[in-house]
Amino acid sequence: MIDLNKIDSDISHYKDIWVFIEQTNGQAEHVSFELLTKARELASQRNCHVAAVAVGNSVAHLAEDVFKYGAEKFYIVEDEVLKDYRTEPYRDAVSELVVKYKPEIFLIGATTQGRDLSGTVATVLRTGLTADTTKQEIDQETGFLWMTRPTFGGSLMATIFCPKHRPQMSTVRPGVFKAIPLDAPVNGEIIEIIREKIEFSEEDVVKKILKKVISSEGNVTLGFYDVIVSGGKGMGNKENFNMLKELADLLGGTWAGSRKAVELGYIPQTRQVGQTGQTVHPKLYIACGISGAIQHLVGMQTSEIIIAINTDKDAPIFNVSTYCIVEDALKFVPKLIEELKGMQSTRRAQ
Amino acid sequence: MHALVFIKQVPDASQVRINYETGTLIREGVPAILNPYEVHAVEEAVKIKQKFGGKVTILTMGPLQAADALKECLSRGADKGYLLSDRIFAGSDTLATSYALYEGAKKIIELEGEIDFFFAGKQAIDGDTAQTGPGIATRFNIPLVTYLTKLDEVNLEEKYVVATRLTEFGQETLKVPIPVFFTVEESLNILSHSPLPWLVKAAQSKIEILSGENVDLDKNQCGLRNSPTIVKKAFTPEKKQRGATLTGTFDEVVDQAAEKVAPFLNNIL
Repeated sequence: MIDLNKIDSDISHYKDIWVFIEQTNGQAEHVSFELLTKARELASQRNCHVAAVAVGNSVAHLAEDVFKYGAEKFYIVEDEVLKDYRTEPYRDAVSELVVKYKPEIFLIGATTQGRDLSGTVATVLRTGLTADTTKQEIDQETGFLWMTRPTFGGSLMATIFCPKHRPQMSTVRPGVFKAIPLDAPVNGEIIEIIREKIEFSEEDVVKKILKKVISSEGNVTLGFYDVIVSGGKGMGNKENFNMLKELADLLGGTWAGSRKAVELGYIPQTRQVGQTGQTVHPKLYIACGISGAIQHLVGMQTSEIIIAINTDKDAPIFNVSTYCIVEDALKFVPKLIEELKGMQSTRRAQ
Repeated sequence: MHALVFIKQVPDASQVRINYETGTLIREGVPAILNPYEVHAVEEAVKIKQKFGGKVTILTMGPLQAADALKECLSRGADKGYLLSDRIFAGSDTLATSYALYEGAKKIIELEGEIDFFFAGKQAIDGDTAQTGPGIATRFNIPLVTYLTKLDEVNLEEKYVVATRLTEFGQETLKVPIPVFFTVEESLNILSHSPLPWLVKAAQSKIEILSGENVDLDKNQCGLRNSPTIVKKAFTPEKKQRGATLTGTFDEVVDQAAEKVAPFLNNIL
């Protein structure tokens, strides 16, 4: 681990905004591009540069994408020991880079990997870390990063800052920000790949990976979809989610559900929307049989149009909905599908 | 075998309500509970003890009433509870908290002996940061296994464990030497009922208090003043306006709904 004496405590030496590029088998996670997009906006306010950092056995090929999303520098550490994510060597590689190059702000995706990594890196660096932020802004007066996050299961929002320590670190949930590539790539003369050589030896890494199991449901990034049809306890059983899948297909979207639906075994956790699931803001969110616990609302209330279908006219979900339908989703959705199919065939006939 | 479980007493976040008029949380009548993830951490530590012998020690930081949460752990089979309580810790962020608990744990090692297994919940349900456990593990510089879902094997002779943890894509199984630090998922185990003698023993046992007086710590790393992160403001989320209720007969409402979503209709089949 880093010698604490090597950490520069003069915060004026820290510049630029870094984004950690999370990758698995050389494939970058979408959240990394969401963060690069946000970092561009923050950098323009702070008048500084955006850099990406990746660690692995082979990550240099990610440069093209990283630059496309606005990074001007790409710091990489490559070593066979870093092939799979393991806390300790990743922690040490990332900490060394920070100590040497001194970013002012460091953003990391709040995935299982990102949360594991950020908590250890921030401790090594003895700096502040704000988890699961949903809003980031630069304070015009001080230049500090203001990070806003939900707490108490989403009942309360807290705006946090880190005035005296650098980097200002925070994790951001996937789906909170949109990933938008640049119209034109950054000028080739200013982009740069910086390869950092750090000595690793497999013998020094005490943790060994014996087995990896990819769950059959795989990883579902709900944030990719413009339309999400979501179900809760009111869907009654697992089979009834088939109508939500059908509706989602008709609308070119995907299906999801509430924490309650996960607990009842209706849907896998990989499709959960909410505080303990994924955060989404699609163009259209249709909530079927979801009462709208606060922990669900924080994960979807910024959707552009929200249509809720629930038998209880006082269900909290209606308080955030654009259109409220006080009906039984189990009866309503099949009729809606029928109607939409009719409209579709009429259109095709024209 | 000696396991140390870090726990936190938390307000039951699911029962916290918002007063939109004042923009504050209504915390009256909200019960203080043992962080749900840590109930499973205690359960797992006690399971190891039942198999191999040894003891389970619990450590928490908080006000004196957090002793209740420690007693609950004792009733679940833990042997001794330590409460780190001092005004110097007030307002600690996660970095300052992990420092205080690290020093508290070092004191416990001094009093109770070396530790093989460190446990904590994957996060606390009030703050949801998931940072304190990784912070303590980093300070001890021992291997960290977050999101533990299964302890496949414990080998005390050869001093290693085989452990399965959740990843973004599924699960991975690791072989890790002891001492090791786990943060655990609820799916790790199914809670068992405490036999009556445990409950009686817990009710009778005394909680040990640790503070700045009897723990050797650097006060310049404790509390609000020495926390890198500062809460600038706390506020309740903006309440959205309830939108239009679609009215009419069932079929009319279906028609209206279809009209609203029609722009998204997929034309390619």
